[in-house]
Parts: sequence; structure tokens; C-alpha cells
Amino acid sequence: MIRALNQWRRFKNTAALSAIYALTGIALVPLALVLWYTIARGFPAASHLDFYLNVERPVGIPGAGVAHAIAGTGIMVGLASLLAIPVGVVSGVHLAEYAAGRLAGWVRLAADVLVGAPSIAIGLFGYVLLVAPQHHFSGFAGAAALAVLMLPVVIRTTEGAVALIPSSLRESGLALGLPRWRVALQLVLPAAAPGVITGALLAMARAAGETAPLLFTGFGNRFLNLDPSQPMSALPLIVFHDALTPYAALQEQAWGAALVLVALVLLINLASRWVLRRQIRLAGQL
Amino acid sequence: MIGATRVRAGMRPTPDRFRLLTAAISLAAPAALVAIVVVLYQEAGPAITTFGARFLVTSSWNPVTANFGALPFIYGTVVTSAIAIALALPVGIAVAMVLTEPGATGVRGAVGTGIELLAAIPSVVYGIWALYVLAPFLYIHVEVPLSARFGWLGFLSGPPRQTSLFTASVVLTVMILPTLSAVSRDVIRAVPKGLRESSIALGATWWETNRKVILPAARAGIFGATVLALGRALGETIAVTMVIGNRPEIPASIFSPGYTLASVIANEFTEATGQIYPAALLELGLVLILVTFTVNVAALLLVRRAASSRR
Repeated sequence: MIRALNQWRRFKNTAALSAIYALTGIALVPLALVLWYTIARGFPAASHLDFYLNVERPVGIPGAGVAHAIAGTGIMVGLASLLAIPVGVVSGVHLAEYAAGRLAGWVRLAADVLVGAPSIAIGLFGYVLLVAPQHHFSGFAGAAALAVLMLPVVIRTTEGAVALIPSSLRESGLALGLPRWRVALQLVLPAAAPGVITGALLAMARAAGETAPLLFTGFGNRFLNLDPSQPMSALPLIVFHDALTPYAALQEQAWGAALVLVALVLLINLASRWVLRRQIRLAGQL
Repeated sequence: MIGATRVRAGMRPTPDRFRLLTAAISLAAPAALVAIVVVLYQEAGPAITTFGARFLVTSSWNPVTANFGALPFIYGTVVTSAIAIALALPVGIAVAMVLTEPGATGVRGAVGTGIELLAAIPSVVYGIWALYVLAPFLYIHVEVPLSARFGWLGFLSGPPRQTSLFTASVVLTVMILPTLSAVSRDVIRAVPKGLRESSIALGATWWETNRKVILPAARAGIFGATVLALGRALGETIAVTMVIGNRPEIPASIFSPGYTLASVIANEFTEATGQIYPAALLELGLVLILVTFTVNVAALLLVRRAASSRR
């Protein structure tokens, strides 16, 4: 009787365990499929050198490329980083160093809510604030929209990295008579640097992959444009627009741009993991 | 008395200028949040005054007669998000259970990395994959057979389409899975170790421990994680826009094309002319952002309480 009950329990356990692992396997299937199709369908376009050197051409003329989009993504993400990373790092340091303050609680909540804000709404915000007054789309507006998107990510990862630093480091600095700002900026922040850099890299990867905030700000451009005061293209915009056209050549170009985008984003992610592992080792030594 | 005052004045610490300066800079995030709401509210003004509360409950969307109602978009947003949550929840909890399982470090590392990469893939890449790979697959293997057999249930009726509310829901499922499983993992991890250990010490199996001890203890937090994932699903734009079919109607069947708040903005805002049309789209953006902010704040409070109340 008891043996039968125990066998039933063991059977239930095995069944549940298999189900859990099966579901976990299912969760990873889309990752494999997305990566596989992006590589397989993107490779024909992305394997030509022209793809990285030329700009868009009319349908049917070979040798089209996405150089303008790569440049646009680079410039807009770069400008957004210049804006978001310093502000985000300082905010994150404030949150970690004065964690108990009432203001810190509000800033933390605002950052967490902003992380979940619909990116399309941030695009509208950028349009109203920067495009409408100027009467034309621009790379600057795109960069500003991306900066709003990056800011909360940088804030929260910086806070996390700085909070990891043991308070004995802070205390020894203060005991030596260093003012608070020197302790924070010259002692704690360098010790937390790998974690802060990780956060910045992740934020850049996120910004590089975003389409929605650029639709009404950077807008897109068929020509190579290095001037951020003019409309600019970006890799996600190419994927979005070309994928929805009925032309096979443009669809192939969209897949190629998707492959370049995925490679870029995953590369940044892997780099950030490598930096983070160093941070953990370093924090262990302190 | 006077001397005492003087001493106190002399003892007063110098104001922490560093703290004030960084505090001022850290106001950027809350300021951005408030500015988004205020700016959208202002710009949506013409639509708000013209249509009033009627905007939220009428379903006409006619740029020619300048008659706008948000109901089809609210319907599409809610339906796709709800289906996505229903599909993602069991998978997300399963992943979270694997990720919090003591031991099995190899599997845990691989699954954790996989889920992080899933979160890193850009929305537009999910979109192009869904459009060319997922939509035809779902059409042949899910939509057609289901609508043939269960079409008498109104919401599964035909004729099915490749770009539909259902296809968009499946893409959303994949996209919210990382949020759902990562946050669930954190709240399950916050369950005191002693609970798991005492349950195992009493002779409970792995499944009994998880089902009767760990999951009930983490229930509130998992609910918070679900609400957080809902917030992500409501606001997701590009991938949904590419596969939902873009039709401003309230279809009976989930296999028919629909529209969401985010995708109508993405598609029509650059082409909107006149005064009322762009204002109506901005009001849709305002509705979207107010709903997601509310959902997010509620979820964050739930998750935070779950992760910190028990030690």
C-alpha cells in the first residue's frame, strides 16, 4: 500500500520534472530558429562586400548595400551614448551612495517604469519635442529618443555595480580624510568600472536594435548622410521597411540587415559578459 | 545661550555639494517620465476636446471624415497581450524553476544564457522572422486545422489569415518570456532556503517541494512578474506591427487581422495630415503610456514586496 503510494509519488515527480525540462526546451526553440533563419536568409546579401560599402539602389540594380544604415546606427547610438551614459552613471552613483534618501526611491521607481515604457511613445515624444519645432526629421532627434531609452538601463546597472563595492573601501577613503565626492568618483567608481561599462554596453546594444523610437525622429534616408541635423537611416529601419515590400531583392536586403544587426547586438552582449566576469572577480578581491 | 548658538553654527557640517549636484542630475529620469506624459497630453489636446471620453469606446477610424475612436486598437492590444500571457506563463515558470534549482549548474548556465540572448534579439528581427517563417507555419499547422475543427467556437472561426491577432500573440509570447522568467527566477530565489530544505528533509519529492512549498511562497511575486510581462506586451510595437494585419476592426476570430495601439501609431503617424488625425494618434500614445505606466508601477510594487518582505 505504502509502496504503491511512494511509487505513484515518484512517478508524478518524474513526470513533472520531464514536463518542466520539456517546457524549458520549448522556450529555447525560438532562439535557435530566429538565429538560424537570420543567418541562413541573411547570408546571401550579407556575404557581399558591396553590402557594407554601398547605399540603397533602385530595385533590380545589383550591388545595393546598407552602408548608410550602418553609419546612421553608429552615429545615432554614439550621440545617444554621449548624452545618456554620463547622466546615467552619475544618477546611478547617487542612487547607490545615498540609497536611503527619499529622492533615491523616486528616481529608482522612475527608472524602472521608464525601462518598461513603450518605445513608440518615446518616438512620439522625440517627434513633438525635436522634429515638429524644426519642421524636419533629424539624426539628433533620433539620438535623443534613443538616449531616453538608454538612460534607465545605465542608471540601474550602474547602481547595481556600485552597490556591489564593499563599504570598507568607502570607509577607508573617508577615514583618510577624503571628501565624499572623491571617495565616490575616484575610489568607488573605478572599482565598479567593469560593471558600469557592462551596463553602458547593454544599453547601447538595446538602442542599436530599436526601431520604434526612430520612425518619427531619425526617419530614414536613402543616401549616405553623416550630418546628424538631417534625416538618418538605421539598420532596424532598413529591416522594417524592406521586409514589408513585395520585392524579393529588398526582402533579401532586409534579411541581410537583420543578420548584421543581430551579429552587432550579440557581439556587444558577449563583450559585456566578458567585462562583467572580470567585475565579479575584482569584487571578490576587494 | 548665545555661545551655544555660535558653537552649533560652527559645528554645522558643510553642505554636501556632491550630493546635491548628483541629486539634481538624477532627476533626469523622473523628469523624462513626467515630460513624456505632459507633452503627449498637450499635443493630443485637439482630439481630447473633440471626442472626449467617447474616444475610448467608439470603434470608427476614419481619417477622411476625421472621426476617430480607439476601441479596435484597445481590443487588439488587450487580446494579443492576454493570449501571450496565457501562453508564456507555464513556460516562464518552468524556466524559472530550472534556473533556481540547486545543482544542475551546467543546464542552468546554458538556459540562463539562452534566455538572456532571447531578450537581446531586437524586436524588428523577431518581426521579420515572424512575418516570413512563423506566420506561414502557424497558418498551415495551427490556424487552418483549428478553425476547421473548432470554427463553431466564434473566436476560432475562419477564414484564417497569416497575419492575425493570433500570430502577433505568439510573437509576443516569445518576446515577453525573458522578462517573465527572469523576474520569476528572482522572486523564487528570494524564498528562504530553509523552506526548501525542510520540505526535502520531511521526505517530499522535488515536485511536491516545488508545488506545495516554493510556488505558494513565491505566488505574489510571480503574479508581479506576470503583470510586468503584461506591461511589456502592451507596449511592444515593431514585431506586432509586422504580423498583426493592420485592420482597424474588432474581429470575432483571433485568426483575423487586427490592430494594436502601438502599431497604428507606428504605421500612420508619419502619414497623418490635418490637425485632428495626428492628435488622435498622439492620444492613442497617451492612452498606451498611461496604461503601461500604471501596470508597471503596480507590478514593481508587487515584485519588490515579494523580494524583500521575507528574509
